[in-house]
Amino acid sequence: MEFFERFAVPNPNPAIYASMVAIVVVSLAIIIGLTYFKKWGYLWREWLTTVDHKKIGMMYLISALLMLFRGGVDALMLRAQLSMPDNKLLDPQHYNEVFSTHGIVMIIFMAMPFIFAFMNLIVPLQIGARDVAFPRLNAISFWLFAAGAMLFNISFVIGGSPDAGWTSYFPLAGTEFSESVGTNYYMIAIQISGIGSLMTGINMITTILKMRAPGMTLMKMPMFTWASFMACVIIIFAFPVLTIALLMGTTDRLFATNFFTTTNGGMDMLWANFFWVWGHPEVYILILPAFGIYSEVISTFSGRNLYGYKSMVGSMVIISLLSFLVWTHHFFTMGQGALTNSIFSISTMAIAVPTGVKIFNWLLTMWKGKIRFTVPMLYSVGFIPLFTIGGVTGVMLAMSAADYQYHNTMFLVAHFHNTIIPGVVFAMLAGLTYYWPKMFGFMLNERIGKWGFWFLSIGFVLAFFPMYITGLNGQARRMYTYSEATGFGPLNFVAFIGAGLMAIAFCLIVYNIFYSIKHSPRNVGDDPWNARSLEWATHNPVPEYNFARTPHVASSEAFWDAKKHGHELFKGEIEEIHMPNYSGVPFIMGVIFFICGFSFVFSLWIPAIVSLIGIFACMVLRSFEKDDGRLISVEEIKATESKFESAEEIKTAVSTYGGANS
Amino acid sequence: MKELFPVKQVGGYLFSLVLTIVALIVYFMDFSFPVAMTILLVTAFVQAAVQLVLFMHAGETEDGTAIYTNVLYGIIIAMVTIIGSLLIFVWDM
Repeated sequence: MEFFERFAVPNPNPAIYASMVAIVVVSLAIIIGLTYFKKWGYLWREWLTTVDHKKIGMMYLISALLMLFRGGVDALMLRAQLSMPDNKLLDPQHYNEVFSTHGIVMIIFMAMPFIFAFMNLIVPLQIGARDVAFPRLNAISFWLFAAGAMLFNISFVIGGSPDAGWTSYFPLAGTEFSESVGTNYYMIAIQISGIGSLMTGINMITTILKMRAPGMTLMKMPMFTWASFMACVIIIFAFPVLTIALLMGTTDRLFATNFFTTTNGGMDMLWANFFWVWGHPEVYILILPAFGIYSEVISTFSGRNLYGYKSMVGSMVIISLLSFLVWTHHFFTMGQGALTNSIFSISTMAIAVPTGVKIFNWLLTMWKGKIRFTVPMLYSVGFIPLFTIGGVTGVMLAMSAADYQYHNTMFLVAHFHNTIIPGVVFAMLAGLTYYWPKMFGFMLNERIGKWGFWFLSIGFVLAFFPMYITGLNGQARRMYTYSEATGFGPLNFVAFIGAGLMAIAFCLIVYNIFYSIKHSPRNVGDDPWNARSLEWATHNPVPEYNFARTPHVASSEAFWDAKKHGHELFKGEIEEIHMPNYSGVPFIMGVIFFICGFSFVFSLWIPAIVSLIGIFACMVLRSFEKDDGRLISVEEIKATESKFESAEEIKTAVSTYGGANS
Repeated sequence: MKELFPVKQVGGYLFSLVLTIVALIVYFMDFSFPVAMTILLVTAFVQAAVQLVLFMHAGETEDGTAIYTNVLYGIIIAMVTIIGSLLIFVWDM
């Protein structure tokens, strides 16, 4: 029994026991369901072994929505605890665990897979490629992310959650002050999914540099592809820092090294430094693809080409460089001198300039446009003012002298939620609605979608704007409660109502998916939004080979050219298409990584070593494997294509949502 | 015969030997710490550049620009990170 005691949760409470029961019940339901409906083979053949970028994208998307739910429940618990002074809903330890996991889940396991979902789904289509450059590596990236996410999410029922904040600053995160295995989970789960992110970055850069359709020069790429490209550049330069910092943190915790300790020559502040050398570029990794989606959506629904293409690209390149020059603004109060703080203050404020250029470009794209207020457009239009407020408060925080006042208060919390929710989450929901027909061949219901948007926006404003005020009045972040005398009570209750509205919005979005699966018409055709860029030049849902014939491109809006200016996209005859084979190895590697990570968390050395050998065995196996891919014959392509064409004919009136524009 | 002889590579090989010898001198001579470190750092980075350009064939394919841009970007970010960290923890703390 002694062996199993280490797996016990150090701070149990009824909610955690209930979660354990729920996890067991849901797992059993999934297993029984799959067996009853005889879907194991289907699951394995079509999903677990897939290397198709579209299916991998969908799996990222589903994971992101699940993690959004988990992180959202965490957020509701936090807001409920703070809704009244001296509340006893969560005890301090539980509150620490919830805010730590909320941050990590939302950034690493919600926002990251969301942007990877759209990169996977859209980038190859936008550049006219058949798949990404390294399809199997792409599958490995996904399964490493999945392994990391699973490992992190079991922490609260096995061994205890991390409780040192999502930043996990040392010395608090060291073994001296964080005795449970929680922080081990943090170090190792993020490490595993971080390796996956790094590989996706390399994969996407190679895809974009090497696999563009004929005629598509770099300056003729659609804006989302440019944004993904710049995000991946940041990934490959920022993630190695995190990898090494996490490795140092892991050895500190597991092998008693002294990188971040306060004695024996260690330096605890170095962790904060490394964390933000990665952490600040990380927020631009999230926001740049979001900007890309807004660019696509705004130009489509304004019926105009994107204003200032070159300045859009230029500002993203500048943002990607500046993102590496500002990290110290996360710890202005750590003790470095005024010179350092001034330098980083100025570099931080400088980022507002390229971002402002982008904001004006979007506004000028809409200028004199014939705007259709569809759900994706609503999110994009809502994003501009809300994100600008987040940007302005960011410049306030960037002033290092004033930051001594804001530091570690709810003002900061309000600021970064104000950039991430209207910036990243709105973009992802806009992208979800906009690209839904691309993925599944039918539309999401507009009416429910608009309700979702309004609930989310109003909920957001109610939830976070009060925090600016309580923050300026001195409410510290990460404090599990406050006394009535502080006067924070009423505003925190408003914030709780806002969080509730956001929860309703999430339920509406999920309900919309189920509603639309049941009720949406299936004959939406290939161009339901009257869109402009190349991804809409193929069928909905996209056949596995993407384009029957390779498209030829002459501008960043190839599909619009083809529709309006008689540009010939597809030339020549249909030829055989070479596609990669599916493989079970990436999934198996993910499972082994999970076992390996779990063993490291609990210092179980024998399974850890065995699984590490297993990982290397998989790689060796791959080196000796002969895999030439497979060919799709011309007949098969023609059969698939004619199915889409006959569906096109059956379709009666072409109804473009929000009215077509000419 | 002339076009078959890899002048650049042989030259590069000799140059990297020279660099190695110069670095080795630091061990035998009695330089002050700053001088010694300067010599070591300069020879090390020149050595790395020689390896990259001549023996790892950067720039010989059509991806040359991408490779050099990547290296340059990497160097900039590495320098910024190191100098920034030194600024924070050593020069201005």
